[in-house]
Amino acid sequence: MTQAVRVRNLVRRFTLRGVLNGVDLDIAKGEFVALLGRSGSGKSTLLRALADLDQEATGSGETVVPERLSVIFQDARLLPWKRVLDNVVLGLNGPDARRRALTALDEVRLAGRERAWPHELSGGEQQRVALARSLSRDPELLLADEPFGALDALTRIRMHGLLRQLSIVHNPAVLLVTHDVDEAIELADRVVVLEDGRIVADIAIDLPPDAAARAARFIALRRQLLALLGVHDALTEAA
Amino acid sequence: MNAQTPSPLGIAGEIPAPVLETLGVRLPPTADRARAQAGQHGRLGLGKPLAYGWLLGPALLIFYWSVGSASGYIDSRVLPAPWATVTTAIDLIRDGRLQANLAISAVRAGEGLFFGVMVGVAVALVSGLSLVGGYVFDGLVQMKRAIPTLALIPLVILWFGIGEAMKVTVIAMSVFIPIYLQTHNALRGIDIKYVELAESLRLSHGAFIRHVVLPGALPGFLLGLRFAVMGAWLALVVVEQLNATSGIGYMINLARTYAQTDVIVVGLVVYALLGLASDFAVRFIEARTLTWRRTLAR
Repeated sequence: MTQAVRVRNLVRRFTLRGVLNGVDLDIAKGEFVALLGRSGSGKSTLLRALADLDQEATGSGETVVPERLSVIFQDARLLPWKRVLDNVVLGLNGPDARRRALTALDEVRLAGRERAWPHELSGGEQQRVALARSLSRDPELLLADEPFGALDALTRIRMHGLLRQLSIVHNPAVLLVTHDVDEAIELADRVVVLEDGRIVADIAIDLPPDAAARAARFIALRRQLLALLGVHDALTEAA
Repeated sequence: MNAQTPSPLGIAGEIPAPVLETLGVRLPPTADRARAQAGQHGRLGLGKPLAYGWLLGPALLIFYWSVGSASGYIDSRVLPAPWATVTTAIDLIRDGRLQANLAISAVRAGEGLFFGVMVGVAVALVSGLSLVGGYVFDGLVQMKRAIPTLALIPLVILWFGIGEAMKVTVIAMSVFIPIYLQTHNALRGIDIKYVELAESLRLSHGAFIRHVVLPGALPGFLLGLRFAVMGAWLALVVVEQLNATSGIGYMINLARTYAQTDVIVVGLVVYALLGLASDFAVRFIEARTLTWRRTLAR
């Protein structure tokens, strides 16, 4: 199977929160897809449907996801009463669980902080622990729900580099929910735009290797995506 | 203030920093940094704790008591002077009455505490971790809560007689309530975010309870334990006034018969010290087991 995710005509309804009105989405193995959308467009609902986190939701449709999937939330969601290493080991099975956790912590450059309590880490470090926790499970699908939304701009840039590097090494299919257009273009192979519970655009990110051409293409994609999201930025228009 | 830091007024080192502050002069941030390094929090924190600060209140009480007694303002028949109480306590220790009664009281409170905590935790687990358990037990406990332990004593006496079993049962019943309430509340109050995390990590039900629910509920249980320890001593006072032939409460009761105010006061002070010491012990356990917490007080 070369496909990691297959969604057909997914409908979700809540009494309070967002809805999905017939979503079709395919993600190939190892493909990095960014899901853009305004607040309330249903992007988190789609991610949570794939992660099977909203059992109380009513709806219909078909979702096929790999057995090994892993979720990164906007908050690092570390258990405050467990040290860093124990947070990564949580739920890992097998005799080599600790070794895998240590390797993952090393990969996110947190070797040596295994014994720290979560509250002793910075926001970026906590999110790196969450990333290590996900990667140590060797996921076929990584679902990330605005994982860098709560981080400062500089930390976010560093996290982008780390996530890109690690997604090349581990090669999971990735669905990154974000409202940050630059982040989406920067990281993804493909950007899907969701509006009112429907996919309204599906754009391949084809940045050329040449620096000047790359910058021009980046700006063009940025303008196109912002327009889809209903934002008309004066600066982008001028460029 | 750091001598190398130029004062805004150009008179560094001549005017102490607090004076400058009251004059409305904004000091360079070195002062804030020094405070942060000393482990203190900012304006809304509690400041640096003193090691034995909690002794201030009791010390003030003893001070006013001494002044009142020495000046004759407090009649010694109403309340004996602190030094009279101390000599009485020494006498009671010399003839062994205090130790013997204290040991008996401590065993009663300890047994009641032990059984109360065991049953309280067990029922809270059943009631907190399963819906059916909650339906069966929670209403019953709330009903029991509405009945003061004192009101149950006649029934307990009919069931268990007037011996030790009755006393331990009454103490255990007063311990059970706070343990159950706080533990149950903490178990049911686990943040939904952690439940989602456990689901996304595919934790088994057992692992979820062991790694998420129980450690998450520990602060609640320990708070319940603090109430429970106090409850045990309070219940002890009540049961020892009833048909007891030993214990601190019996000692107090006997002293009342002979109008020995000093012995009564010694008994009360012993109760207070026991309560204080056991609360201290629970707080020590709290500090050791909840090192992961970051709170206003630390």
